[in-house]
Amino acid sequence: MPAAPAAPAGALRRLGQGSIRFRLPPRIVAGYTVVGPMEGKGPMAGYMDTVLEDTYYGERCWERTESKMLKEAVQNALRQARLQEADVDLSFTADMLGQLVASSFAMRSSTLPHVGIYSACASFAGALALAGMAVEGGFARRAVVAASSHHDAAERQYRFPTELGVQRPPTSQWTVTGAGAVVVSGEASDQGILVAEATFGRVMDMGIKDPFDMGTAMAPAAADTLVRHLQHTGRRLEEFDLVLTGDLGRVGSRVFLDWLEERHGVSLDGRHSDCGALLYNPARQDVHSGGSGLGASACTVSGYLLKAMNRGLVGRVLLVGTGCLHSQVTHFQGESIPVVAHAVTLERPGLAG
Amino acid sequence: MASQTQTRQRQQQADFLQFARRRRPRPSYLKNALWAFLVGGTIALVGQLLTSAFMALGLAAQQASARAAVALVFLGALLTALGVYDELARFGGAGAAIPITGFANSVVAPAMEFAREGYVFGMAARMFQVAGPVVVFGVAAATVSALARWLITGGMR
Amino acid sequence: MTAAGWRTVEYLTAFLVGGALCAIGQLVIDGTRLTAGHTMVLYVVAGAVLGAAGLYEPLVRFAGAGAAVPVSNFGFVLTRGILDHLAREGWWGILSGTFELAGAALSAVILLALVAAVLFRPRG
Repeated sequence: MPAAPAAPAGALRRLGQGSIRFRLPPRIVAGYTVVGPMEGKGPMAGYMDTVLEDTYYGERCWERTESKMLKEAVQNALRQARLQEADVDLSFTADMLGQLVASSFAMRSSTLPHVGIYSACASFAGALALAGMAVEGGFARRAVVAASSHHDAAERQYRFPTELGVQRPPTSQWTVTGAGAVVVSGEASDQGILVAEATFGRVMDMGIKDPFDMGTAMAPAAADTLVRHLQHTGRRLEEFDLVLTGDLGRVGSRVFLDWLEERHGVSLDGRHSDCGALLYNPARQDVHSGGSGLGASACTVSGYLLKAMNRGLVGRVLLVGTGCLHSQVTHFQGESIPVVAHAVTLERPGLAG
Repeated sequence: MASQTQTRQRQQQADFLQFARRRRPRPSYLKNALWAFLVGGTIALVGQLLTSAFMALGLAAQQASARAAVALVFLGALLTALGVYDELARFGGAGAAIPITGFANSVVAPAMEFAREGYVFGMAARMFQVAGPVVVFGVAAATVSALARWLITGGMR
Repeated sequence: MTAAGWRTVEYLTAFLVGGALCAIGQLVIDGTRLTAGHTMVLYVVAGAVLGAAGLYEPLVRFAGAGAAVPVSNFGFVLTRGILDHLAREGWWGILSGTFELAGAALSAVILLALVAAVLFRPRG
């Protein structure tokens, strides 16, 4: 009988306000990603499962495309895990469309009980933590976690008609067209990457109003959550091979690293990467500061990170999903952008400490 | 108590805003202005060629200019429909937005986009989503200015 | 000056003035918090006001399409239309004259947008 993953001695499950440690860490059994053509030309393309040839994927509008991508990510993640829907108790999905319609329309053809989550681009990390709690708490045997975004669907909803001639500033980011899904399991017979700890973020607002500079806006939230996570878990930075932020982009990453160092005294010292910055090749793809959107972290984790960790390339990663919680209406009403960041520690089984 | 937290929060915000502003990458002012100049100038040149062509057909200057304007509207609409006007604007910036071809783009693009939501409530209702302000404030400014001139000049043209 | 020489100057002036007006707009967008949308409104208002002040017409005579192509011209022709009608019909002209000159372009853009929306799908 496979041994259950070792839990730290005297393990408390509540480590602090919003921080948790899983005594019997849930395992990510399988993952699946569906990405668009641009992502298919990026540096992580080889790690993605389905690469679309165009942005429509046979649908008559992009909203339906996003829904289709999310649905297929979920279905294929189950298939990879060799599971039926009856083997899974809950699904947590998130997307970038208003009222989470991509999720609802994707899951209407499924029999899985479903809860839609919204933390903007921090949704995948947040949903992963919630699914972990449901599973480790014995409330679900297994849960599916998935998130999606679609560049054109987001553009036409949040910004401009896609054929409008607009010039983007250097701080702007490119919404990722991608859906990523994972299956999280608490069953003793299931093996996989461990969801070890998590810290839920607080909504912060540092007064940034520019929706074309979201990376900068989210940086303080990422810093705050990271610091709280380290404080509550008692971990040192050296215990992590990588701190992976969701979609700060290149501009936001710079602000994040500097802010972390100068205001919190924490130096990430080459240990940091950003999903949004990793997904595209800045030399050949005109994405300015990098990728953004729920798909950024969902696809990087479900596609690249799981494979890298399973191959032993990375041992312990702190995923810090970051999200901007504004809307078009609040922007035009002159409001600043509230932000949030959720952190999840992912671990290769068998790691000491 | 509440006001103390508010003050601290505002101080933190001010601190961060300054921190962020110092790290904000600036656009390449010269490069962008140059491209805008080239693209905008070229479109104006095309407009002038069209005007000359219409004058060669025997039209007076003002009439030729009006027809050239419609021809440019057609050109902007066509390039938008073919999906290339946004590519032009990526490097052309204001050079693509300010000419009348940009005005056409700003009407045709939403019309195409929101046709997904139907012709009545999508396309037609949202066609002027981008260009609306230009029409509204254009009419307002023109009416006020013309009225002012008419009153000041005592009813002269 | 030969006919060909006259032409070249015309085209050059149109290119330079049209380009300059766009370059100024670009600097405004890049250097201030104003967006492209704000800048277009600024231009059309400027055209209307300068038109009423009698300053836009000389620019058009000098630069031709260089002044007639940018959206500032839209403001100018709106003003021009109102002034023409005020002279012809008195006070009623303040409402009836507005789209006299600008109407053609507006009709064209609406009809073309309709056709484009029916025949073409956005590429993204």
